[in-house]
Amino acid sequence: MLIIKNLHAEVEEKEILKGIDLSVNAGEVHAIMGPNGSGKSSLASVLAGRKNFHVTRGEVIFKGKNLLDSAPEDRAREGLFLAFQYPMEIPGVSNINFLKTAIAEIRAHRNLPPLEAKEFLRMSREKQKLVEFDAQLVNRSLNEGFSGGEKKRNEIFQLAMLEPELAILDETDSGLDIDALRIVSKGVNKLRSDKNAFIIITHYQRLLEYIVPDYVHVLYDGRIVKSGTKELAMELEEKGYDWLKEEARGKETRERATI
Amino acid sequence: MPNDNEIIDNIANKEYEFGFVTDIEMDTAPVGLDESTIRYISEKKNEPEWLLNWRLKGFQAFQREKLPEWQNFPMPSIDFQKISYYAAPKSKKKYDSLDQVDPELLATFEKLGIPLSEQKTLAGVAVDVVFDSISVKTTYKEKLAELGIIFCSFGEAVQEHPELVQKYLGSVVPYSDNIFAALNAAVFSDGSFVYIPKGVRCPMELSTYFRINTENTGQFERTLIIADEGSYVSYLEGCTAPMRDENQLHAAVVELIALGNAEIKYSTVQNWYPGDKEGKGGIYNFVTKRGICKGDHGKISWTQVETGSSITWKYPSVILQGDHSTGEFYSVAVTRNRQIADTGTKMHHIGRNTRSRIISKGISAGHGNNSYRGLVQIGPKADEARNFTQCDSLLIGDQCGAHTFPYIESKNNSATVEHEATTSKIGEDQIFYLNQRGIDSEKAVALIINGYAREVLNQLPMEFAVEAQKLLSITLEGSVG
Repeated sequence: MLIIKNLHAEVEEKEILKGIDLSVNAGEVHAIMGPNGSGKSSLASVLAGRKNFHVTRGEVIFKGKNLLDSAPEDRAREGLFLAFQYPMEIPGVSNINFLKTAIAEIRAHRNLPPLEAKEFLRMSREKQKLVEFDAQLVNRSLNEGFSGGEKKRNEIFQLAMLEPELAILDETDSGLDIDALRIVSKGVNKLRSDKNAFIIITHYQRLLEYIVPDYVHVLYDGRIVKSGTKELAMELEEKGYDWLKEEARGKETRERATI
Repeated sequence: MPNDNEIIDNIANKEYEFGFVTDIEMDTAPVGLDESTIRYISEKKNEPEWLLNWRLKGFQAFQREKLPEWQNFPMPSIDFQKISYYAAPKSKKKYDSLDQVDPELLATFEKLGIPLSEQKTLAGVAVDVVFDSISVKTTYKEKLAELGIIFCSFGEAVQEHPELVQKYLGSVVPYSDNIFAALNAAVFSDGSFVYIPKGVRCPMELSTYFRINTENTGQFERTLIIADEGSYVSYLEGCTAPMRDENQLHAAVVELIALGNAEIKYSTVQNWYPGDKEGKGGIYNFVTKRGICKGDHGKISWTQVETGSSITWKYPSVILQGDHSTGEFYSVAVTRNRQIADTGTKMHHIGRNTRSRIISKGISAGHGNNSYRGLVQIGPKADEARNFTQCDSLLIGDQCGAHTFPYIESKNNSATVEHEATTSKIGEDQIFYLNQRGIDSEKAVALIINGYAREVLNQLPMEFAVEAQKLLSITLEGSVG
C-alpha cells in the first residue's frame, strides 16, 4: 500500500529526513518510535503534504501512484488520513457540517454520489458509538473550546467517518489520560481491518500496550535505525533510546571511516 | 497546489458578475444640481407642495453642510454638478401588469436572479424593484393589502397615503442630518414604503431590489418603514450595479419607526459594483440608516452583509427611546482589492432598561481597508441600560487593514456596557487541516469565512441566508469555493 524509498526532506534548508525506507501493507500496524526531534512528526507531515516540508530525494508510492506529486487534499481523497498531534480549531464551522463537506469531496473524487442525509446521519451515529464520541461534541464548532483529550478523540471520530486506507496517528497519545488513551485505542482497534493500515507515531511504549503493532521502527536523526516486532518496543521501554543513539553514532563513524 | 499567495491573488482577480448594462431608453434629468433640478424631479413625480418645500429645505441644508472628515479614509472629491439626479425607463409611468414592463427590463432582473412574476418569485417574499430612479414593480401588493399592510414604492405612497408619509418623513433622519442625507432629501427619486397596521404580523418577507443602470446617475432612494403597535415585519434589500470606470454615488436614507411592542428586522445584502483590481470605478455608498423604537418594548434589528462598493460609509443606528426597547446590529463587511469600508452602528439608549447588541465581523483581503466605528450612548434616564459589543476582524494576506473605533458615552451609573474585540488571520495550519480531510483550499477558506460570519448570517431570513453565504464565497473566491 505504501512504499517509501530513500526519502530525504528538509524544512527551511535544514535536512530532517535523511533517507527513510519503509513498506506498509494492508492489514498492518506499524509503530514509529524515537526520541524528540528524531523526525517522527516530520515524516507524517511530509506524507500528508504539509507546506514548507520539501522532499529533496527519494520517492513515496501510495496505492501504486506517486504520492509526492499530488496536493494534500488529493492525498486525503485517495485515502490517506493524518490524525494531527495538534488538531486545529475552526470557529463557527460545526463538526458535522465539516465532515459532511469532507465526505462529499472524498466521494466526488471517487466518482461516488453524495451520501444521502439519512445515510450520513446513520453512519455518524454508528461511528460515534464505535469510538465512544460524545454526541454533543458532534454538533459543536470544530474543535473550538475542546479539551486536549476531546480534540484527540475527535480525530479518531473523523478517522472512523472518513474510513481511510492508511491512517497516520501523530502522537495521538500525548496529553491523554489513561481513560482517554484506553477509549482512543479501543476505537482504533475496532477500525483495524485487513483492508487498511496504520502508522502509529509515538514517543512512549504505553500506547502500544493497547494497540499492538505488527512492526516497530525506531527513528533517530532522520533515519530508521532499527526495526523489529513489538518486542522492540518493550526493549526500548526498558533501556531507553540511548543505546540506539550510541549504536547509530557508531555506525555513522564506521561509515565515515570506510569513505 | 495553490499556496496562500495564489489564493490571495485569486481573491483579487475574481470578476464582478453583475456588471452588465441594460440597453433601455431612459428619461434622464439634465446633469447638474440646482433648485430647478429639484423642481423637475418633484414635478415628474407629481408631488404635493409640502413635499417640494421639504425637498427645497433639504437642498438648502445640503449647500450649508460640508463633507465629513472624521472617517478613516480620505474623502474622494465628488463633483455634485456632474451627476444626473433622475433617470427612469421611458414608456409607461405605471405598470398595471407585467406585460407592460419593457421585456429588456424583465430580462435584466431575471439575469440578476430577481424574477418579477409572482409565480416565479421566492415563495413568501414580496419584492419592490427599483431601477435607477423609479420603482418598477411591487409583487404581492394585493395580498398584503388584505391585511392592511401597505407595501409600495415611495412615489405611490406620496400619492395614496400622504398623511402617513407627511407624519413620518424625516422624523428619524431629518433633512439636515448630514450632507448625504440632505442631498437625498433634496433629490430622492423613489424607494420603498411599508406600513404594518396595529397587531399585524407581516406574513412574508418584504424585499426591495435596487439596481443602478444608467451612466452618470446617482441613486438616491428613500425607504420608510412604519411598524404600528404590536406589529412585526422583516424587510430585506439587495442591490447591484454595472461595472463602470467612473465612480457612481449612492446616497440612500432609510428610516424605521417601531411603535410600542413592534419589531422591525431590516436586512441588507449589499453588492454594488466594488471597482476593479486597481480600485478604478465602483460605487460610493454613503448611506444614512436609522431606526427609532418609539414605544415601550419595541425592537429594531439591523443585519448587513456588505460585500460591494468601492467605499462604504454607513452606520445603521437605533434610537432606543421607549422603555425596555431593544436595538441590534449584526454586520459582515468584506473589503478586498482597494475597497474601503467604514461602517458600524450607533445605539442611543434613552429609555429605561433598554438593551443593545452589536456583532460586527470585518473581513479584509487584498489591499482592502475595513474600519468598525461604533457609538454606544447611554443617556441620563436610561437606568439599567445594557450593551454588548463584539467586534471581530479577520485578515487574509498581509496587505490589508482592519481598524476599530469604538466610542462609549455613558451618563448613567447603572448601565452595563461590554466590549469585546478580536483580530485573527486565516492560518495556513487551518487550511492544511481541512486539506488533509479532502477539502481544497478554496472550499477551506469558504468554510472558515462562513463559520466566522455565521453569527451574523444566522440573523438573515432563511431565503437569503443561503444567498448571502454564496455571495460571501463568490466575493472571496479563490480562497472561497
